[in-house]
Amino acid sequence: MQPRRSLSLTRFQVFPLVLTCIRAIPAFAQDALTTPSILAPASTPAHQIYGLSQFVLVITGAIFAVVAGLLAFIIIRFRARNTDAEHEPAQIYGSTQVELAWTVIPVLIVVVLFLTTARIIFAIQDAPEPRSALDVTVVGHQFWWEFRYPKFGIVTANELHVPVSTRSAPEPTYMQLLSADVDHSFWVPQLGGKTDLIPNHPNTMWIDPEKPGLYLGQCAQFCGMEHAKMLLRVYVDTPDQFAAWVKAQQQPGRQPDPQNAAVAAGRHVFETEACVNCHTISGTPAKGTFGPDLTHLMSRATIAAGAAPNTPNNLHAWIQDPNTFKPGALMPAMQLSDQETDEVVAYLATLH
Amino acid sequence: MADQTFPIPGTLDAGRSRGVTVLEWLHSWVVTVDHKKLGILYIVYALLFLLVGGVEALVIRVQLAIPHNHFVSAELYNEMFTMHGTTMVFLVGMTFVFGFANYLVPLMIGARDMAFPRLNAFSFWMTAFGGLLLYFSFVGGFGLYGMGSAPDVGWWAYAPLTSKAFSPGHNTDYWALALIVSGFGTLGTAINVIATIISMRCRGMTLFRMPLFVWLMLVVSGLTLITITPLTAAQIMLIIDRYLGGHFFDTQAGGSAVVWMHFFWIFGHPEVYVLVLPAFAIANEIIPVFSRKAIFGYPAMVSATVAIAFVSLTVWAHHMFTVGMTSVGNAFFALSTMMVGIPTGIKIFNWVATMWGGRIRFATPMLFCTAFVIQFLMAGLTGIMLSVAPWNWQLHNSYFVIAHFHYVLVGAIVFCIFAAIYYWFPKVTGHMLSEKLGKWHFWLFFIGFHITFDTMHFVGILGMPRSIYTFEPDRGWNTLNMIISVGGSIQAIAVLILVWNLVDSYMHGRLAGNDPWDAWTLEWSTPSPPPPYNFATDPVVRSRRPLWDLKHPNDPDWKYER
Repeated sequence: MQPRRSLSLTRFQVFPLVLTCIRAIPAFAQDALTTPSILAPASTPAHQIYGLSQFVLVITGAIFAVVAGLLAFIIIRFRARNTDAEHEPAQIYGSTQVELAWTVIPVLIVVVLFLTTARIIFAIQDAPEPRSALDVTVVGHQFWWEFRYPKFGIVTANELHVPVSTRSAPEPTYMQLLSADVDHSFWVPQLGGKTDLIPNHPNTMWIDPEKPGLYLGQCAQFCGMEHAKMLLRVYVDTPDQFAAWVKAQQQPGRQPDPQNAAVAAGRHVFETEACVNCHTISGTPAKGTFGPDLTHLMSRATIAAGAAPNTPNNLHAWIQDPNTFKPGALMPAMQLSDQETDEVVAYLATLH
Repeated sequence: MADQTFPIPGTLDAGRSRGVTVLEWLHSWVVTVDHKKLGILYIVYALLFLLVGGVEALVIRVQLAIPHNHFVSAELYNEMFTMHGTTMVFLVGMTFVFGFANYLVPLMIGARDMAFPRLNAFSFWMTAFGGLLLYFSFVGGFGLYGMGSAPDVGWWAYAPLTSKAFSPGHNTDYWALALIVSGFGTLGTAINVIATIISMRCRGMTLFRMPLFVWLMLVVSGLTLITITPLTAAQIMLIIDRYLGGHFFDTQAGGSAVVWMHFFWIFGHPEVYVLVLPAFAIANEIIPVFSRKAIFGYPAMVSATVAIAFVSLTVWAHHMFTVGMTSVGNAFFALSTMMVGIPTGIKIFNWVATMWGGRIRFATPMLFCTAFVIQFLMAGLTGIMLSVAPWNWQLHNSYFVIAHFHYVLVGAIVFCIFAAIYYWFPKVTGHMLSEKLGKWHFWLFFIGFHITFDTMHFVGILGMPRSIYTFEPDRGWNTLNMIISVGGSIQAIAVLILVWNLVDSYMHGRLAGNDPWDAWTLEWSTPSPPPPYNFATDPVVRSRRPLWDLKHPNDPDWKYER
């Protein structure tokens, strides 16, 4: 993906080598489409950070080249040779002018860096929320994400859907970040920097993705045993897709077809076992809030916060023992018989 | 009477030659209050834990070599990175620092011992038992019910993950208690070093004639006093939360997770300087000797050090750019962090200027120090990148940060520690370390270091967060992680060469004599190893390089120094 702001680079042709190297990094990635690289920004905050980072990279690259070059020269030029045997070199104790020079120059560099940095801090962090913005509440849990859309009355998990935001029809997403237990951090590199989800300490962040598609991320603050599998998927939808998705999510839980015995039995197992203590399926007695909302489970591509694709086999294995995918996940192994598990999976498969 | 059973604790080899039993020899080490023997104990202890922490790092790298690896469980992996961090910072870094300070500061200022020898012994044993307490958690974490119960909350141990609700059992208790215990040891030594430097200098050694090593250790000790205190306070609050119903960090009862972060990082960031200033101290001694020139800009070096100490106390929240501070707060900590770059830059320029026009001998200590300068430059520049708060929102908690701080902790600190080992080993044991093995050690470690930690920057830029026990195969991180792991194993081989070099040279190394490097500070005027009383007569100095004055009576430093 070619970054939008790369044009500004042409002003700095001093160290094209450094920049070429940095831009070659995604080439290491075997599957660049799913690499959450900060070098492939797709949202205003990510673009602003990317532009700033290139500016800083040019300055620090220049400093590195000068000092490292000097050092390399010294190593070659002033290494001891056998010819100058026992003679000590001239002893120089210091020079006020020189010291002053290499104090003042760094001070100036810091001033420039700071002013540039401060500008972007305020631009991103204090951006006013436009009226057209979509509000989403993100709640971090060990080890999954809960997404609430207060305006639409939608509750879902692990896969965030947001509308694309274009210059002509801006619809940024403003997220309120909360935590139900320990610290987490919301990080989807292509859409913006990360912000932590801290209990008792609500945070906010915003994104305005410019291109539809799937963007990957994951929890970036160690939150316990399964921190590594607290994955995050953000689907950026076109306006039509998003409207359709909202409409589907707003439907109450579908009543299972009474003709299908397995589904009915599965529902019975679900509602008589401990499942209902933790999970919600709207329109049924299942009203637990400790685990992900399952009302529209089948609308999601993955289960277990992205740890496995959402297939009947995986659902079966997950219900039997969540430790198969995520040792340390807080859902207990349900101790159901194979048949009961099949029935529950059949029931879950109806939750579109 | 004890005095009749055991000889007065004295020198190791002299004691043995008198036919002392192993038990008596051991006893002499346990009861010693001699700063040199305590210094050796510190360093041997740090080396042992360096190996332990290194093995933990290898476990981490084997696990991450390929995606979805099952080499260790999630639980064990989390224990490994927690113990790796805690070990390397508190049991390796701090102990090396105070080991070198203990051994060298009295010798460099012409004193016969530390100001408080018994406090010195007490401090060492507190540190040692703190380390044992931490590692006892492997068997005692759940009260002897089984293995695998070491602390697993990260070495930063963010609340509320450490509360009883999320961290049952005793592993977090072992972590907190071990740091309290070793923290008291550290505080004791810091007080001791300050008192020694202030009050035990020999005649003629004014503050501005002290070797830079001593100056930096003075600053480090002052900084230690300031920073270990909030850490200890935080650990005590944590224990109160866990056992006495306190709610300092208990968010479910209205406590604050952010307060823990402030406490931890007001310790944690200056701690980086507590560790890296001694690395500077070592470089300040080695670079001039091997460049055959006086250090360039001594007063600037001293003021830069003091400036770093002060500024380092104002930067802690740059570890917290993502916790949701105000924009003004973020801007403040971005500025203060960038400002550290100014005195640090002065130091790098002064080392370069010291080498300029010199006649540089690339013996092993100087190889390590040269690599240190370039790597520390790189670490400083990635530090600037991280101080740019918006960029930090991307890079924070990614492998870029891991790469950055390993550039500091390994590329700067460990490289300087290795340099110091090669430089002062002859003084401590009387034997030279093998140059041949030293070069092998250097080049393997240097190459392994760059393969591992250069690559980590890139995988961080590609979005890989830290502290994950496994990763998804479709993220494009596979090749890079394999490269990082290969580099790790090369470093491990290099460290084994060092261990072999230490053992072999201790037994068969070439005799060193008093002054094998033709150096200029007072410790090289004593025999190697120095006698228990250090100096037969109190030395008198007239300049920063007393041995230079002796070696060049027609051209002494005191004629030129300002």
